[in-house]
Amino acid sequence: MTSDSVNWEAVRADFPILHQEVRGNPLIYFDSAASSQKPRQVIDALTRYYEHDNANVHRGLHELSSRATDAFEAARNKVAKFLNAASADEIIFTRGTTEGINLVAQAYGTRYVKEGDAILLTEMEHHSNLVPWQLLAERTGASLRFVPVLEDGTLDLSKLPELLTPEVKIFSFTHISNSLGTVNPVADLCRAARAVGAISVVDAAQSAGHLPVDVQALGCDFLALSGHKMCAPTGIGALYGRAEVLEKTPPYHGGGEMIVSVSLHKSTYKEAPHRFEAGTPNIAGAVGLGAAVDYLESIGRQNIAAHDGELVRYAQQRMEADVPGIRIIGPRDRSGLVGFVMESAHPHDLTTYADRYGLALRGGHHCNQPLMKKFKLPGTSRASFYFYNTKEEIDRMITILQEAARFFS
Amino acid sequence: MIPNSDLEELYQQVLLDHSRRPRNFGELSEADATEAGEKVVKVQGDNPSCGDEIVVSVKLADTGLKLADIKFTGQGCAISQASASLMTIKTKGRSRAEVEELIAAFHDLITKQTENPPDILGDLQLLQGVWRFPQRVKCATLAWRALEQALREGSASVVTTEVEG
Ligand SMILES: Cc1ncc(COP(=O)(O)O)c(C=O)c1O
Repeated sequence: MTSDSVNWEAVRADFPILHQEVRGNPLIYFDSAASSQKPRQVIDALTRYYEHDNANVHRGLHELSSRATDAFEAARNKVAKFLNAASADEIIFTRGTTEGINLVAQAYGTRYVKEGDAILLTEMEHHSNLVPWQLLAERTGASLRFVPVLEDGTLDLSKLPELLTPEVKIFSFTHISNSLGTVNPVADLCRAARAVGAISVVDAAQSAGHLPVDVQALGCDFLALSGHKMCAPTGIGALYGRAEVLEKTPPYHGGGEMIVSVSLHKSTYKEAPHRFEAGTPNIAGAVGLGAAVDYLESIGRQNIAAHDGELVRYAQQRMEADVPGIRIIGPRDRSGLVGFVMESAHPHDLTTYADRYGLALRGGHHCNQPLMKKFKLPGTSRASFYFYNTKEEIDRMITILQEAARFFS
Repeated sequence: MIPNSDLEELYQQVLLDHSRRPRNFGELSEADATEAGEKVVKVQGDNPSCGDEIVVSVKLADTGLKLADIKFTGQGCAISQASASLMTIKTKGRSRAEVEELIAAFHDLITKQTENPPDILGDLQLLQGVWRFPQRVKCATLAWRALEQALREGSASVVTTEVEG
């Protein structure tokens, strides 16, 4: 797979923030797994919305309100197409992945999980796909189970038959690990969940903006994503829920927008997705997410995945060949991020060092504390790439890492 | 690459040496309080944003008025480890009042530019470079916050509590 058909230089030029110096050095932004940068097209869409169309949605009978409503619902359609959902009614706007998972745990989980049931997770989950289930387990008396992670950073699928038993009501797992870069076999896992009558929940925070995600092909029941990791603003995300499952899921938050009629003692609720969107939503955020989806589609996620892949393979190869005392954590076959430890420097010290040369890395436990404990690591340093990064930036990172290895030894 | 003077000031060889071979590394136990008026207090300090962990144990004598002994264990970055190591050296054997004075002076040293640091700080001045790295102040103060908590809790015989750095 090559990504030669795209003019990557022109694409990079779409990101105003990348063209600056940090502490006298050109910025190298290798922290897109934490939050991606935004192209001018998305920033402009926000400005345009606020300068021309801003009003509340689904409420006013006036012109601006209908424009805002149209823009909001158009964004929902775009996200539905982006994920190949069967219908836009399967897309709920959220604040991000964390809220999406909490929605499933609270609304669906509280209704359908009982004492004696089990919730299956994996050992590589981000805290946002762990803590909501701990809360649900505490509330309901259900137990938590975990698919182990092997030394090489992949899931130990040989354990699946003994873990994924009929007591399991929910199997929730990440598509891509944010610290290891592991890409999990989502379709297989969803199929296995369905076979025992469990619903599947996919954390797509790291995947949605990086590779083609087709919810029907994956066969998942829920899938959560964060806009800010895929070129959209912060504070907006989406939760896909398969129609059949959403239909039987009770409301999440109560308030305006989600009701059909209200009397003092009782209300009736709208259908999905509005049942799950109480209160004035993040309209501008949704418009921005729609613009981000358009932008990513104009490049093509196949091309993005191929470009990310080239960068990560190049980084891996150069780190191993040219930086002394470095150990890369996670599988060879990885998404566009590389976690590593340097013998002579703690991840925080390395991150501080890199920052002084304009290189933005992430250092720490990456919201994966149990996983770090398992690998007996105090944390890792992580370089995460996106399609606006270049091999020249990786070359500069290598020089900085070489100097750091000398500095700290 | 051009050497960066902020980094060189922060990561001096002596500091890196403390982080690699921390002094007074270990734990005190109840059995270490042998005399009347002595007690051992342990406090765990956590920096939840980065996962650094430190356990500071102190032996208070003279019904809490003197810090007779101090040790620490833990893992973390060079700054948190070196800061803990230097802290044990500078506070061991001091009166409670002196330790409190050190805590305050140290906090000033690493949070703002200080022209003439007070003499009492001694080797702790190695950490002066931290003030240019506001994100790392938490690392430098982790052990100190645990010590402060230990002083506050000098009442029960063995106390184990946690503070967040
Ligand atoms: C794998 C994974 N899941 C979930 C999240 C949480 O995303 P957000 O903070 O946008 O809700 C992240 C973000 O760091 C992530 O990397």
